Amino acid sequence: MRFTKDHEWVLVEGDTALVGISAYAADALGDVVFVELPEVGKTVNQGDSFAVVESVKAASDVYAPISGEVIAANDELSGSPEIINAAPEGTGWLAKIKLLDAAQVEALMDRDAYEAFLSTL
Amino acid sequence: MADAPNTETLKYTRLYQRHVDLGARMVPFAGYAMPVQYDGVLGEHKWTRAECGLFDVSHMGQARLKGKDAIATLEALTPTDFKVLKAGRQKYSLLLNDNSGILDDLMVSRPEADGLFLVVNAGCKDQDFAYIGRNLKGDTSLEILSDRALLALQGPKAKDVMANIIPAACDMYFMDCGTFIWQGHTVYISRSGYTGEDGFEISVHENQVAELWDALLSDPVVKPIGLGARDSLRLEAGMPLYGHEMDTGYSLAEANLGFAMSKSRLEAGDILGFDRLKPELDGGLTRVRVALKGEAGPPAREGAKILNEAGEEIGYITSGGPSPSAGGLIALGYVPPAFSEVGTKLTWDVRGKAYPCTIVTLPFVKNGYHRKKSA
Repeated sequence: MRFTKDHEWVLVEGDTALVGISAYAADALGDVVFVELPEVGKTVNQGDSFAVVESVKAASDVYAPISGEVIAANDELSGSPEIINAAPEGTGWLAKIKLLDAAQVEALMDRDAYEAFLSTL
Repeated sequence: MADAPNTETLKYTRLYQRHVDLGARMVPFAGYAMPVQYDGVLGEHKWTRAECGLFDVSHMGQARLKGKDAIATLEALTPTDFKVLKAGRQKYSLLLNDNSGILDDLMVSRPEADGLFLVVNAGCKDQDFAYIGRNLKGDTSLEILSDRALLALQGPKAKDVMANIIPAACDMYFMDCGTFIWQGHTVYISRSGYTGEDGFEISVHENQVAELWDALLSDPVVKPIGLGARDSLRLEAGMPLYGHEMDTGYSLAEANLGFAMSKSRLEAGDILGFDRLKPELDGGLTRVRVALKGEAGPPAREGAKILNEAGEEIGYITSGGPSPSAGGLIALGYVPPAFSEVGTKLTWDVRGKAYPCTIVTLPFVKNGYHRKKSA
């Protein structure tokens, strides 16, 4: 699993990748009450706002950690947004993206680097 | 994620360390470091509706107006008749500017026969007290009680908790107030709050607040509740929040706060900015505060547009979010009177998409006040 400084994660499976928000981000947001998922079929560019996660108090943009075509969205989250809090780095994934550029993933932080980054916040 | 706030200039309540030790997430609010949540907003919200929540609201402003002209002083700045406020009673009121714009909302009580006791919003308190101070009549004196802390104990079990701490306070009904002695110290208590539930607000000297907080929290039905749930609770109760549903641009007619205006004051026409207020009260409003309910989709938050069925922008949301207790989505906002009738179908716009909503009556969640005539 790789991480961005905006607290998204990427997990590569072949030529696709699952993406979501980190446990740190989920904890910081608090109780998630609504998730706006990306449209399947849409191509996103790295850094684009491609989903919105809303807590009781606020709406937070989620930025695409990599570029590619959205080939699946986690519809479970529509009915049960609290999954994001329960398992942000697992069943709380947001979307599956078909990779355009594997080098983008390589440039992201691994878990050790991300933990080190969190300790500076 | 936003960067950590600059905390250098923040003020702290006497309970700051208690909040941190309880695992609260502290945020800057009205110049104070305050707990926004402990375990989580949803859980804290539901706990308060079912059990009992304890809130540190020591950032709010407290003051006492004394002297035989105190009532005249306060009446000149508000739309409320305080001559009829008996000792042991409390009233909701509004501090108005010359144009009948709302400078703040406040609670005014008479815990003792002498003097009026005021509780105002934290973010407005300096301006409020300066404004009142500039407008003192006759022998009135304004004493700012900056050494008093304020706790709110709210929820259906608040009375059971209070019965073990200050039992005499349980004899009060909704909007009663009084002076009580706790551990040898004077406390002012009102039976009111900002959640829609039965409960108490307790003004205690800051030197005793930690001890009182601990005593209240030692009851297993009591949990500490942060400002996040305080906001969602007040929204469900339909209560306006200064800076959102109210500011100096709004009159009490627009904000639908006519209950803060006494009939005698309306008849006398001696309310600040009456030239503006009167025609609005007589049907000349261009916008009025309403309650809206939606069923699905994202919450409509402050600033979201309200659209009519033709998709035209007719108003805006001032507060909104999910309703943990009623379910669905709730909001307060402003629309022209023609669209304010209960049952009117509208939409609100979130990120460019229109979602259906309906004008409903307040409150969103039935209140639990301990009224004298309640069964």
